[in-house]
This record gives sequence, C-alpha cells and structure tokens, in this order.
Amino acid sequence: MNVLAILVPIALALGFCGLIAFLWALRSGQFDDLEGAGWRAIADDDLPES
Amino acid sequence: MIAARDFSVFVSHPGKGVASMDLVVEGVRCGGCMSAIEKGLKSQDGIRGARVNLASKRLTVEWDEGATQPGFILQRLDELGFPAFPFAPETAGGLEANEERRLLRCLGVVAFAMMNIMLLSVSVWSGARAGVTGATRDMFHWLSALIALPAVAYAGRPFFESAVRALRQGAVNMDVPISLGVLLALILSVVQTAQHAEEAYFDSAVMLLMFLLAGRALDQRMRRKTREVAGNLAAMKAETATRICGDEDEEALEVPIAAIRAGDLVLARPGERISIDGIVEAGRSEVDQSLVTGETAPIPVAPGQPVYAGTVNMTGTLRIKVRSAASGTLLDEVNALLAKAVEQRSSYVRLADRAARLYAPLVHVTALATFLGWLASGLGWQASLVVAITVLIITCPCALGLAVPAVQVVAASAMFRRGILLNSGDALERLANVDTIVFDKTGTLTLPQPGVANLGDHDSRDLELAGALASASRHPLSRILAAAIATKSRLAVEEFSGEGVEAFVDGERLRLGSATFCKAEELAPAVASEWPDASLIFFRRGERTAYFVISQALRPDAREVVRQLAAQGYAIEILSGDRDAPVAAIAGKLSVMNFAAGLKPAGKIARLERLKSQGRCVLMVGDGLNDAPALAAAHVSISPVSATHLAQAHADAVFLGERLAPVAAALRLARKAKRLMLQNLWLAVLYNAVAVPVAIAGHATPLIAALAMSGSSILVTLNALRARAAGEVAS
Repeated sequence: MNVLAILVPIALALGFCGLIAFLWALRSGQFDDLEGAGWRAIADDDLPES
Repeated sequence: MIAARDFSVFVSHPGKGVASMDLVVEGVRCGGCMSAIEKGLKSQDGIRGARVNLASKRLTVEWDEGATQPGFILQRLDELGFPAFPFAPETAGGLEANEERRLLRCLGVVAFAMMNIMLLSVSVWSGARAGVTGATRDMFHWLSALIALPAVAYAGRPFFESAVRALRQGAVNMDVPISLGVLLALILSVVQTAQHAEEAYFDSAVMLLMFLLAGRALDQRMRRKTREVAGNLAAMKAETATRICGDEDEEALEVPIAAIRAGDLVLARPGERISIDGIVEAGRSEVDQSLVTGETAPIPVAPGQPVYAGTVNMTGTLRIKVRSAASGTLLDEVNALLAKAVEQRSSYVRLADRAARLYAPLVHVTALATFLGWLASGLGWQASLVVAITVLIITCPCALGLAVPAVQVVAASAMFRRGILLNSGDALERLANVDTIVFDKTGTLTLPQPGVANLGDHDSRDLELAGALASASRHPLSRILAAAIATKSRLAVEEFSGEGVEAFVDGERLRLGSATFCKAEELAPAVASEWPDASLIFFRRGERTAYFVISQALRPDAREVVRQLAAQGYAIEILSGDRDAPVAAIAGKLSVMNFAAGLKPAGKIARLERLKSQGRCVLMVGDGLNDAPALAAAHVSISPVSATHLAQAHADAVFLGERLAPVAAALRLARKAKRLMLQNLWLAVLYNAVAVPVAIAGHATPLIAALAMSGSSILVTLNALRARAAGEVAS
C-alpha cells in the first residue's frame, strides 16, 4: 500500500492543476465569447496582406 | 440647425489618455464580419484596439483620447456596413455576469472536489469486498474530509445564503432542506470517520452540490443571455433627444435620454418621435399619440399642453420643456395606477417554493419519526440518530431541486430562439395558467408602424412618381409612403407647407398632399367612409386623381394566431383606447366578439379586475403607456419589443419581430413546461418513495445514496430536455 503515498498526492495535484486552469480561464474571460473564439482561430490576420 | 451628438455618457476611461466605448453592432453574424469590423477600425488613426464579442453582438473600442471622436468611429462603422449604437453598460447586466462567474467558480471547485472524492470513495467501496484494512479506509475518509469540507464551505455558499435569507423571513425554500442535508451529511461523516465506522457520505454531499450548481449556473447563463439581448435592443432604439442649450445663441445638442433633466428644453422636429414627457413651450403641431393612448387620430397641440414620450410629432416644430412630474395628466394617472397595480399583484408562489413548503416539514417529521421509532425498538440513541440522519441525507432534494429549474432553463432557451425574452423568473409558470387573453389594439394586434394599405391599386409609373414626390417631403405620412414605395428616382419639388408637394415631369403637373391640394374634394368623403381608421394622401397626375391609404395594418399573422388561440379554448378580448369604429373593424376582421373601445387606463384595469373576480387568469398583451398599469395588474403580461419603455418594464415577457406567433408559442411552451415541471416533481416523489423506506429500514449505504441521487437527477434533467421540442406542430 506504499504506492498510495505517491499516487494519491499525484491524483490530487493533477486535479488541482485542472481547477487552477479553469479558474484562470474564467478570470481571463475565456468564456465571454464562445462563438467568436472559434472564428478567431481560423482568421488569417497574422499573415501579411498580399 | 444640425445637432451635434454628445457621447460623453457612453465613454469610459480605463487608463490615462485612453477612452473606451461599448457599442451594440447590427448585422454581425460570422467571423468575416468580426474581422472586417476589427480591421476596419484598427486601420484608423488613434484607435488602440477594437474587439467584437460575437456571442453578445457587442464591440468594445479603445482610442487615444483626443486622437479621434466617437462620432467618427460610428461613422466609420456605418461605412463598413455595420450600423452601431452606443451602449451604456448598465449595472444590472454587470451583476448578472458577476453572479454567473461566481456560480461557475463554485462549480469548478466542487467538480474538482467531487472527482477526487469519488476516486477515494470508489476505492473504499471496491476495497470493502477485497479486504482493505481499516487503517487505509480511515485514511481515505480523512482525505475525503480534507477535500470536501473546504470545498463545500466555499461552493455551498449560494445555497446556504439563500436558505438563511428564507429562514430569516420566516419562510422555507428548497435551499433549506438542501443546506441541512449537505451539512448533516458532512457532520455525520466526520463523526463516523472519527469512530472508525465503515461508512461516510462525503461523496454524496459533494455530488449533490455539483448537480445543483450546474443547474443554477445554466439558469443564470440563460438569464444573462436574455438580459444581453434586451440591452442590445434598448441600445438600438437609440433614444436621444435634441436639447437646446443657451438662451440667446441657441445650440442644439443630440443627447441620450439618460442625460436629459427636468426643466431642459428639447426640440422636436416634424416627423420625429418625441422621446420625453413635457409641456409644449412654443410651436404648434399635430401629434400622433397612437402608441401611447391607442387613439389613431392625430391630436393638435399648442403651447401649455402636455406631450408624451413615444408619440410622433407630425407637422410643426415644437419646443418642449421636460418635466419630472406635474399633476392631472395622463402620465400621472398612469403612475398612480401603476403603483396600485404593482402593490395588488397577487403574490404568486412559485411551484418549487410550494413543493418546498410541503416537502421540508414532511422530511423532517419522517426523520424524527425514524429516530424515535428505532429508539423505541431498542436501538441505542447514537445508532438511531445515524439512521435518522441517513434518512435526511437520502431525502435531500437533489432531483426536487433540479426538477423545476432544469425545465425553466430548457423552456426559456426554447422561447429565446422563437423571439420571446422572459423578464421575470416565474413568468413561465404564470403563463401556463392563462385561460383568457386580452389584447390591446394599436401596436399590438396592428403593426407599430403604419403602412400603405392599397399599394396594389396603382400602376408602377404612378407609384414611382408618387414615391419620388413623397421622399422629398418631411411630412410623416409622406415618409411612410416613401418607405413603402422605396423608389430611387428623385424629383425637384416645391413644398407647400401644410398642403403638399408639387413637381413637373414631362410637362405634366404632379401633386401629392391633402384632398383640396389635389382637387379631390368630391372623392374624399367616399374614401374616408370606406377607410374609417386611416389617414389619406391624395395624388394628382395631370387630370387624374388617386389616393393612398395609410393605416395601421394588422400584424401579418394576427388573424391566424387569434383564430388558433380561440380554437385552443382561450377566451379572447380586445381592450383599446382608440375610437369605437376602428376597434370594431379590427375585432370584426379577427372575429373577436368581446371588445371595448375608448378605454382609459383605469377602464382597462377595471375590466381586468372583473375578469379576475370571475376566477380567470388573464394574459395581457399590450404596448402603450396607457397599457402599463394593465400589464402590471394582469396575471401575466407580454409586450411587443416596439412598446413604450414603461410598458416593457412592467411586462413579464417581450416578443420580437412583426409577427404575433411568438405569443402563441409562448403559451404553448409554457403549458408544456408546466406539465414537465409537474412530471419532474412526481419523479422526485417516486424516487423518495423508493429510497426513504430503504433508509428508514437502516439499509442505505453511501453507495446506494450516491447511485440513487445521481440517477434521479439525471432522469429529471433528461425529462426537462423534452421542453425543447414543444409545440412545433401548430406553426
């Protein structure tokens, strides 16, 4: 059962990372515009205009 | 005199030297529009950033202060093909968004806690058979406690706060048994764990919170979406007034309504909609009050007389002194009636609260009886208490807590897609009880904007010439005609004030205007008697005379919808402030037997009171200032989006578009939703009927509790999803 001493903290830490990521996403407005974000990903505004 | 526009109300200053403004943009549909707007704006000098929110159709622009003007930004957007309207982010909308974020944060925390506790719990459940030692089990339970206690302390607050609020007012809502169940489950589990017992309920408590929070977050999200659309519509109405500043060298400034104060002088030009209530200081004109009083005939106004927001100034320029309150006018009467109606509005008790009132005492008595029963049958008091608390945990109303909100979310979003925005939370339930529908006429059964009724009677050349004449005139009737014909040709015309316009084409004299101006005196009486509720414009080309009938046409599907509603067994009435003849004509067209004309606001309320005393549940559909008290007094009310502000504020729902069909759809969806809510409540009762005996017998394990709770919650949610597909048949 010694393996628990490693596995349980790892499981908790991973879950905690997920929680932090979610809270960060919420705070930085990632969920403010659920429709526009999809379009921004395929917009070519980083290419030089030809 | 061209008025400059004042935008200072809308501009905020997020940083030094930076100005920012929120705009509602019309016609943004896809990523293409989005990048067109953003690129088009960023290419301008002085613009620091532009970001479109595609979901809410809003745009935030930031610019270097002094480098450009809000007016230019609007003009630029217009050039790009996206007319935009400045938007003052109201505090209510901000609160909604904050609440949604808070719920999502709670949901995130509780979801994290639940996943980890489940990991531990499943190990314990499976380990119980595989022969895990007591020490390992205890460690897992303590770990669960370590995660669950802080998580619930944080994420349970929305429920605890609401429960405490209800208890302070001496009431019981669903959050009381929820909070009690969760807290007891945690306390019992901690005590059990300390005593090295086999069972702990950390997983159940946390899972319960997660399901309920998910439901609440969705509910909040739907509410915010509705608010956003309502906010956008309000901004697009772009209610501004032309304020006159300075006594001698007059300067006119176009300012948003919010910036107008009592005592200001406001200018209303012919053809403009008057946007404030006030007293005429100078000028004479005729005012179309149809949207306010329902009366379709224009009213002459002179200095000293009151005018109301929402009316249209027809013929002359008016200077109006804005007033806050004066006595003895329509507005006062409406306000007094409103205060009374809002006070008297029967305090409707929501379905969920009614269920909670019934449920909470029942559950607590059952738990008490269980405790006493086991004690009497010789079990120790501690063991009896454990069984009693298990009963409370297993009856903790997870499914019951979701039963109503889940349906509410699904039905509200189904309505949203059909163009109905719900203003109040319990509108759905109240709509379902309706058996009588009362319509206002003007602007509700008819279109808010008048149209030309007899376009088809004219040949295309006549139409083109008349349209060209009409588009050269500022008179409101001409504008309606011009908009209806929409010709591109232009004519050089001469305008005869108060009579009409004249032009010459190919040596032929063309005239558009009053009957005398077009030498149609002998034609006029016959036409007027044929169209009693319409305004007429005459047209003379050479020696021939024709006429255009400007009237408020019925909404395109009004007849169909009213017939359908009557067929479904709703009693239908029309109550109007207009004269008898036009109301009777409309009632005849719609084959509505019960109608009353010439009603003042008090008269409408009196009629509603009489219906109420007959035990009817009345849905009031109206839009005018004079309808506002009736809207507030009725069991439930709906306004078209074109309604005056006061009316919309007191309606439970608002429908968009020109068609009346959303009203019928709202009733259909509400009935279906109510049925599903009741079904869900019965499902929850059924769950309890199965689970409670097991718990009373003392056989409920944490595994059973977890399975039963999640199972019933999912069942209830799935059932709620059926509200989406309601009532497609009838359309």
